[in-house]
Amino acid sequence: MANYHSVIEKNVGLMIVLTLVAVSFGGLAEIVPLFWQKATTEPMSTLRPYSALEMAGRDVYIRESCHVCHTQMVRPLRAETERFGPYSVAGEDVWEHPFLWGSKRTGPDLDRVGLRPITEQWHREHLRDPRQVVPESNMPAYPWLAENTVDWSHMERTLKVFKNQFGVPYSDQDIDDQMNKVRGEWADATEEDAVVAYLLSLGQARREER
Amino acid sequence: MQDTAATPTYDYQVVRQFTVATVIWGVVGMLVGVWIAAQLAWPALNLEIPWLTFGRLRPLHTNAVIFAFGGSALIGTSLYVVQRTCETALAFPKVASFVFWGYQAVIVLAAVTLPLGFTSAKEYAELEWPIDILLAVVWVAYALVFFATIARRRTSHIYVANWFYGAFIIAVALLHIVNSAAVPISLTKSYSAYSGAIDAMVQWWYGHNAVGFFLTAGFLGMMYYYVPIQAQRPIYSYRLSIVHFWALIAVYMWAGPHHLHYSSLPDWAQSVGMVFSIVLLAPSWGGMINGVMTLSGAWHKLRTDPIIRFLIVALSFYGMSTFEGPMMSIKTVNALSHNTDWTIGHVHSGALGWVAMITMGSVYVMVPRLFNRQRMYSVRWINAHFWLSTIGTVLYIAAMWVSGIMQGLMWRAVNEDGTLTYNFVQELAERQPFYIVRLIGGVIFLAGMILMAVNVWMTIRGTRSDEGELNLVGAEA
Repeated sequence: MANYHSVIEKNVGLMIVLTLVAVSFGGLAEIVPLFWQKATTEPMSTLRPYSALEMAGRDVYIRESCHVCHTQMVRPLRAETERFGPYSVAGEDVWEHPFLWGSKRTGPDLDRVGLRPITEQWHREHLRDPRQVVPESNMPAYPWLAENTVDWSHMERTLKVFKNQFGVPYSDQDIDDQMNKVRGEWADATEEDAVVAYLLSLGQARREER
Repeated sequence: MQDTAATPTYDYQVVRQFTVATVIWGVVGMLVGVWIAAQLAWPALNLEIPWLTFGRLRPLHTNAVIFAFGGSALIGTSLYVVQRTCETALAFPKVASFVFWGYQAVIVLAAVTLPLGFTSAKEYAELEWPIDILLAVVWVAYALVFFATIARRRTSHIYVANWFYGAFIIAVALLHIVNSAAVPISLTKSYSAYSGAIDAMVQWWYGHNAVGFFLTAGFLGMMYYYVPIQAQRPIYSYRLSIVHFWALIAVYMWAGPHHLHYSSLPDWAQSVGMVFSIVLLAPSWGGMINGVMTLSGAWHKLRTDPIIRFLIVALSFYGMSTFEGPMMSIKTVNALSHNTDWTIGHVHSGALGWVAMITMGSVYVMVPRLFNRQRMYSVRWINAHFWLSTIGTVLYIAAMWVSGIMQGLMWRAVNEDGTLTYNFVQELAERQPFYIVRLIGGVIFLAGMILMAVNVWMTIRGTRSDEGELNLVGAEA
């Protein structure tokens, strides 16, 4: 074996090619089929696209990296469905770019937080000062969200990318309607308004199963 | 290796730069780590300043220690090792200089943009698309320098360390380019090109192989040069190095789905990922055995040489975390461990115990040679650093094991009537003492890193050593 291997050891081009071959199979086998699998490409029938306000809230959620401490993935384990709600399925996430499943629960899962009996006002107070409502919490306070107004400058482009590149079923009329609200009732919306709208949207596709 | 007249002039400038960068970024990255560990224990330390909050600083910490500290160490040592083992000077020294400054530019851009909240949201791939493109260009330049240097080698065989460094360079390029595909909205905002479960699979194919190739294959390349050099012994088994090299790089690429157990990723992908993750124990331990057994006949050096201690304890942590990893990838174990602090402990037994300690040992070997000194300024300080690193790592991972297993058990505990025993906040409140122990471990580890920085600085300056010897004129060229 060592003798055959010395052929590779003396030829850097061959070594590069064989290395490339060796590292290619895993991704090809595990990623490529998912593009054709129904479970990962077909949206759930109850799924609805984000409003512009929810989309803006999602952008803030990403900017503050909420997903670093909160998962959005309820596993099909009894204690989890008992604690959070119906377990997550891939059909809920086919319009999610990027996915926000997270990998660590420093705080609780949020995939069903929109179904919980929590008021909008609770979310606002919690975001401004988490320990005011949950004394044991170690979450940072986000008081600036209530002070910053949403930056709407890229929203039209964002909605069009989600429609045209990602296949989210917004009609041209939908986008016009959303942008009218952006210029109208949401023009002075705060980042807190947006995040709360986003949080309340989470899990709505599964409302009937709760 | 050959001798006398044929000895080439090596090009150490870029290696020196990367080595100094390694030490500086090590201190910075670990300092940020200590800070965010303190934030988890005392959330008031977020200070209500947006760019100092945990969510924004945690990616800064991971990027700083993995890519700034680890990356500088890998590029620096690889450009040293490739010259020494190929007995030739670096190809394209000007391109190599671009690799250094380009890579440092990526790090500085990361350090600015991540606290500002510009992030793609993908773990260990948070940088936004313009920086991703710059990194891809720098990486291709690095590959060019590395492989062109191998191509002009004066030895007949390519030494094993270079196989690992080479695989690391190739795989990281592939992973980075595929996983970073995104649709830009503005200069600072983009959305992943992949959707939902597919995005998750691409991300953890990338993420696990950032571990497999950046934090494992690259550092095994380091191990395969610095362990035999410092032990003055040849590698234990040439045959084992062949088998475990090809097995490691082929199998690692399949292991990503174990990050997505019980998620909505299709079951077949989870199962395939689990099987390959368990298989991965064999090639991983192949590397550990090959490294540790290289000390055969030289075990006494563990008593006298703190650098050997660094290298061998690093391999021990490598063996331990590559046992722990496959175990955690078993679905029934993962059901308990996933999303808990156990994962954080597992990562740090690899990151502190293996990656950082093999780097520290290698830097201690290399610095006197690079700066023409007989040895490091203080060998006693190296020994002190070794103990600080070991104790810090053990405190850190032990705290996270206890905390993580506690979390898993409390989350799943149910009463006789089937209701949950604890609510989430009850569990959260129990973590506090472990977060403090983890912080103490981190502070101790950071103290060692600072001691190293001072030692390196004194060595470069050529200060008289603590044993009263003058360090200036080196015997080694």
